[in-house]
Amino acid sequence: MALITTTEPTFKADVELGSARGRIWRSLRHNPLGLAGGVLLAIVVLVAILAPLIAPHGPTEVNFAAPFQSPGTVGYILGTDDLGRDIFSRLIFGVQVSLQVGLLSVALAVIVGTPLGLIAGYWRWLDGIISRLTDVTLAFPFIIIAVGLAAINGPSLGNAALALGIAQVPTMIRVVRGETLRLRETDFVLAAKAMDASGLSIIFTHILPNAGSAIIVQATVIMPVAVIGEALLSFLGLGIQPPTASLGIMLSDAQQYISRSPTAAIFPGIMIAAICLGFNLFGDALRDALDPTNTRRK
Amino acid sequence: MPRYLLTRLWQSAITLILASIVVFVGVRQLPGDAALAMAGEEASPERLAEIRMQLGLDQPLVGQYATFVGNMLRGDFGASTRTGTPVTELVAATLPVTLWLAAYALIVAIFVGVMLGVLAERFRGRWPEWIANGLALIGLSVPNFWLGILAILYLAVTLRLFPASGYTPMGQDPLGSIRSLTLPAIILGTSLAAVIMRQTRASMIETMKTDYVRTARAKGLGSGRVLFRYGLRNSLIVVVTIVGLQLGGLISGAVVTERIFALPGFGKLTLDAVFTRDYPVIQAVVLIITVGYILINLAVDVLYSVINPRIRVGGGS
Repeated sequence: MALITTTEPTFKADVELGSARGRIWRSLRHNPLGLAGGVLLAIVVLVAILAPLIAPHGPTEVNFAAPFQSPGTVGYILGTDDLGRDIFSRLIFGVQVSLQVGLLSVALAVIVGTPLGLIAGYWRWLDGIISRLTDVTLAFPFIIIAVGLAAINGPSLGNAALALGIAQVPTMIRVVRGETLRLRETDFVLAAKAMDASGLSIIFTHILPNAGSAIIVQATVIMPVAVIGEALLSFLGLGIQPPTASLGIMLSDAQQYISRSPTAAIFPGIMIAAICLGFNLFGDALRDALDPTNTRRK
Repeated sequence: MPRYLLTRLWQSAITLILASIVVFVGVRQLPGDAALAMAGEEASPERLAEIRMQLGLDQPLVGQYATFVGNMLRGDFGASTRTGTPVTELVAATLPVTLWLAAYALIVAIFVGVMLGVLAERFRGRWPEWIANGLALIGLSVPNFWLGILAILYLAVTLRLFPASGYTPMGQDPLGSIRSLTLPAIILGTSLAAVIMRQTRASMIETMKTDYVRTARAKGLGSGRVLFRYGLRNSLIVVVTIVGLQLGGLISGAVVTERIFALPGFGKLTLDAVFTRDYPVIQAVVLIITVGYILINLAVDVLYSVINPRIRVGGGS
């Protein structure tokens, strides 16, 4: 009797997911940069979660007796700002805010973008409508969305996340749509169709689970963009409002007295860069690991 | 080929109409009654009604939209509620600064990005590639407004290589103008350069593996000519694509860059308008940037179809 050989991605979604997880791990082990990114991210997330425990001072705790302390001062490892607030504590809470805004906008992009992408890719007659919607959203640069929202609702954390999320929805739609277009021509979807499965059940059992890795990779692409975007909006006054500790606000404050205390401007930037570097490195490694055409690292 | 362009034109037209509706509706969402703002809190209902009629606010929405589009097409954006200056004048004074800055940044980004990308490909696995890759990673991860602040601190204030802020108009002193925009343009171009570098490198690696490059080499063509004739020509397509995709980022970046370097550009006009709730200016700025963005994207696509024959033949989107 001849051996029956099956091709790799076949019938069950969790089989694919399991193998993907294995592939990520195997690939990461041979990718020191990606691993470093992962470790960096883990530290950043831990710091954000444990912020109230780690920070020696409150993020908005003012000490008029000790403004412009240089780094290394007792009680203030990284020094203080113009109001005598502890820069180290503000940094830690700033990271928390950055990740909050990042997660919110990623969630928005995923929740809105995924279904629209699936619909546009699966039901081709709806593609035209959704593509026009995508085009309209893309017609507004993200800063203009933020400007508009700030004009309507006033600047806030929610507004920043909303603006960043809306701006990322079109790319998410395109990624998911592309994956759907590819997957709907695969043998297992064609087989399901032949067995008279409904469109919805095909989407949920076959397409969505297989498009998962592309969605995750795209999310790691969005995160650093959103983190920088939050800092940028807050820096401009369109996002989070003082006195809340946000990395962008810290930078804009620090710019006011930069010649007096340059270090106050340096730390928030390093923090933003570290978060983004973590996501970029880890995201790249994830993409390499999940990309089936990349056989070099398997 | 005209078929693709026609589809693209038609799509752009629809996008323009939809975008104008979004702006129209958005402006009506702004807090505050326009008539009340003009007449003052103590105005009589008759006076308010009169102003509403003048502004066309008593018309049905469709009629208001038609007036709105008509005014925009005639370039009539009203006057700033803060200073009373016609919005067109404000735009004419600030837009050139931003366009000049963006063009300069684009040139810097393309030059640096392509150069590093080519270097990285030529020296694969050796230190020039690592340096180029590292620079790209930093360019992508480091927020450019932070770089801008540091650049002002170290390059402008400490080393006095560049003016720290301010703008010299092109007509007044061309050299001084270039000098005043050099640092902002470099800062604005950083992340774009990083993206261009990565894509150029990837595209060069692909191209150098193709059969026609191997054939060209086998014919005895020098490596420099292979690089320019095949490698760079293909990465031109990549660069045009990237520029099209990153245009929104360039606009957002310009707003921040102007803020950091205190340049009197379009971004400053935008931010000032938001903070003072100067609605006619906000409306004009949003509309101009959006329309400009759609048109430039269209131009990029047309350019793309000219330099990349594969798109023309395929047709459709």
